[in-house]
Amino acid sequence: MTTETAPTGPSAKPAQSHELTFAGALKANMRDYGLLLALVLIMLFFQYFTNGVLFKPVNLTNIILQNSYIIVMALGMLLVIVAGHIDLSVGSVSGFIGALAAMLMVGWRFPPELAFLANPIIAGAICLVAGAAIGAAQGYIIAYHKVPAFIVTLAGMLIFKGLSLAVLSGKSVGPFPAEFQLLSAGFIPDVIGPITTPFIAENGNPVVLHTTTMVIAILAIVGMVFFSIRTRARRKARGYDVEPFSLFVIKNVVITALVLFFAYMLASYRGLPNVLVVMGVLIAGFVFLTKRLTFGRRIYALGGNLKAAALSGVKTERTTFYIFAIMGALAALAGMIYAARLNSATPKAGQGLELDVIAAVFIGGASALGGVGQVAGAVIGAFIMGVMNNGMSIMGVNIDWQQMIKGVVLLAAVFFDLYNKNRSA
Amino acid sequence: MSKTILEMRSITKTFPGVKALSDVNLDVREGEIHAICGENGAGKSTLMKVLSGVYPAGSYDGQIVYQGEEQHFKSIRDSEHKGIVIIHQELALVPLLSIAENIFLGNEQARNGVIDWDETRDGARKLLSMVGLNEDPDTLVTNIGVGKQQLVEIAKALSKQVKLLILDEPTASLSEKDSQALLELLLEFKKQGITSIIISHKLNEISRVADRVTVIRDGRTIETMDTNQITEDRIITSMVGRSLEDRYPSRDANVGEVVFEVRNWNVFHPQHRERQVIRDVSINIRKGEVVGIAGLMGSGRTEFAMSIFGKAYGQKISGEVHLNGQKVDTSTVDKAIRNGIAYATEDRKTYGLNLIDHIKHNITLANLFGVSKAGVIDDLAELDAANDYRKKTNIRSSSVYQVTGNLSGGNQQKVVLSKWLFANPDVLILDEPTRGIDVGAKYEIYTIINQLAAQGKAILVISSEMPELLGITDRLYVMNEGRIVGEMPTSEASQEKIMRSIVRAEGKAS
Repeated sequence: MTTETAPTGPSAKPAQSHELTFAGALKANMRDYGLLLALVLIMLFFQYFTNGVLFKPVNLTNIILQNSYIIVMALGMLLVIVAGHIDLSVGSVSGFIGALAAMLMVGWRFPPELAFLANPIIAGAICLVAGAAIGAAQGYIIAYHKVPAFIVTLAGMLIFKGLSLAVLSGKSVGPFPAEFQLLSAGFIPDVIGPITTPFIAENGNPVVLHTTTMVIAILAIVGMVFFSIRTRARRKARGYDVEPFSLFVIKNVVITALVLFFAYMLASYRGLPNVLVVMGVLIAGFVFLTKRLTFGRRIYALGGNLKAAALSGVKTERTTFYIFAIMGALAALAGMIYAARLNSATPKAGQGLELDVIAAVFIGGASALGGVGQVAGAVIGAFIMGVMNNGMSIMGVNIDWQQMIKGVVLLAAVFFDLYNKNRSA
Repeated sequence: MSKTILEMRSITKTFPGVKALSDVNLDVREGEIHAICGENGAGKSTLMKVLSGVYPAGSYDGQIVYQGEEQHFKSIRDSEHKGIVIIHQELALVPLLSIAENIFLGNEQARNGVIDWDETRDGARKLLSMVGLNEDPDTLVTNIGVGKQQLVEIAKALSKQVKLLILDEPTASLSEKDSQALLELLLEFKKQGITSIIISHKLNEISRVADRVTVIRDGRTIETMDTNQITEDRIITSMVGRSLEDRYPSRDANVGEVVFEVRNWNVFHPQHRERQVIRDVSINIRKGEVVGIAGLMGSGRTEFAMSIFGKAYGQKISGEVHLNGQKVDTSTVDKAIRNGIAYATEDRKTYGLNLIDHIKHNITLANLFGVSKAGVIDDLAELDAANDYRKKTNIRSSSVYQVTGNLSGGNQQKVVLSKWLFANPDVLILDEPTRGIDVGAKYEIYTIINQLAAQGKAILVISSEMPELLGITDRLYVMNEGRIVGEMPTSEASQEKIMRSIVRAEGKAS
């Protein structure tokens, strides 16, 4: 090494943008594509072995409704796990909040001046705040008093399991007001009005499409393509390498086709479920949070190296505190979706859900050591579990076998992930 | 003259990119106390790790002849089996186990896996009396002081039938009284025929107990002195006598008025409330000036810097920090950064980098405000910034998307520097900025330091390599045991002078 390598200022000549090679770009994103591919393969597998039931419009809608609360909680759990923590209390917290919602709207008899508390919207807001407060309380102990999250949330799990029993006096409480049920059972209104297609469905009638659903899907596709073209152009203009045009086109075409396919399926049943709108907004929000917000960046930094993050000015305690508060609010939302779906709150609601949520995040590629994990991965991980539940149930696989197979899939997913990482390192 | 118990011949040990030991020879005679001296990083600890099998046979070149036979130690167990026991600077005791349990850890007094507690306690009591420690063997190690813990370590060594005892900086964290007791013990062992190798910076101690002294410098043996040749002066000259050559870029200092000032800084140990780590330290740095803090390991330099930087170390901190004539709040890391102070750590892997994330995210972490609006990061602005600093500091990587854990030490250090340059501080504290990196990368980092000074930044360099401090700074403070014990313009400084102020301070303390 010679002294000629001493640094100089930034070179004056502007950098030239290059297209990466097709194989190179594909390899760089292998992990993301691989997970999506796994989901598609699993779906095709069950499509075959359920004799085509899996892809029926009503079943696809069901898969979304069945897994919505898992996905909602997986978003928060992703932040928790990336930060290097765990939250075992989310199942019990969601159950407790479901119970609280039921008591507010149905169970408790309020005096007239407090009757407004039973209003579904006000009750829902109270539940969200209560969930956030529960998360914040646990987060406070974890962040500022350094009690391990595993222990704090294990205690939380027991406490809130007991609390939901106490609040419900051991009974199921329901049914909920119709407005509240819409959260899980409702579909967006078809403001444009249905159209009849020339296609013929299995029952011999022509397929009638929920037009508003299709319009929303098309708008979403246009928006997505517009932003990806703009991002590519900007990167190119600034002299950065971009993926090859062919891959860019293929990627957009595939995503467009997938979105259109699922939109068509949903539209030929009852349209877009309300809960999918909620999920879509949350997923988009969390992708933005993790990829673009300084808050998100700090979560990855503190999960990757807590000491280095602290010495870089990251307020590690405050950040951890917020993460658990967010997790609590999402558990509350999930609890309400779950209760609205069952149309009653039961003392057993939510129990064991935390394990499904954690499994989804790990199948989605998050590291148990913290610092690694993506929102898209967690969502796909949740769907992999969800599709397997659904497919195996349709096939009539016994619950004992279902459990074992899911366990094996979780282990295999994480094992392959680590195997690939070690090989590439 | 007694016979030779240990001979290390032409030991050469290389780490990726660094030659830590080259052709080192050491011979130790039976029943003597042999001291090894050298600057930090000279290779003393590496040599002892080669000897004890921490670096297994085959990972170095050369021969180890012990008790007349050539040895190929594959692990510490092998060397302990032959009676070679090393006691490290950081004690390897389990705090929440008892003294007796610690002494026999890994060597339990057991029959078929069932511990015989009576034998354990009796054995421990016997060993404790040999080292002159009057404590109940059931006392937890955490409840006794550092000096006594050191004695427990030695008792543990004795339990392994030690023939050659190696002590790495045994008195570094001991009080004067405990140090004296320890040295007496070594002399006592000598009478019993136990050979000792002692690594120490404290020259007064060495000249008191050592029969012979070997000096190591830059991974080479410089000389071995016999009893009648040992003087502190001669040891110092051997330790530091190295030419500066052209290892440092020329420096054209343009120094302005005082920018940064720390007044009457006091810090206490984070765990031991009564132990004062930093005592009444006051320093200042001028605009465009590079100021160094010299001192031995454990002198409190890092603790001082980290306590300034958002109270990242210690408790009961008192004192004032002034920047551009104004008193500033540095009570949290975030506030310190916002007030224009940056601290680049000595331990980049533990405190400096997120090793599982890529260069870009590491560079911008300390100044996310610089690439975001209302909490939203501007992707391309971030990419521009990362690429800009990658170029400025000459980080060799495939792109800014390379994971920092896969970079070489020198390039990792440049990422740490880039991070703090991007935070655009007025004062930059660099703690061991070139530790563990090769000569070429060192030169590049010195050049960056010069450029920053030329831009008018105030720079504080903490380094254990005295030639480095002499080569790149304008002014020097010497720190010892948490105090500033000397200050001099670099033009008037020399390694001898620095060493002398440290040694003089040690003398005063005793």
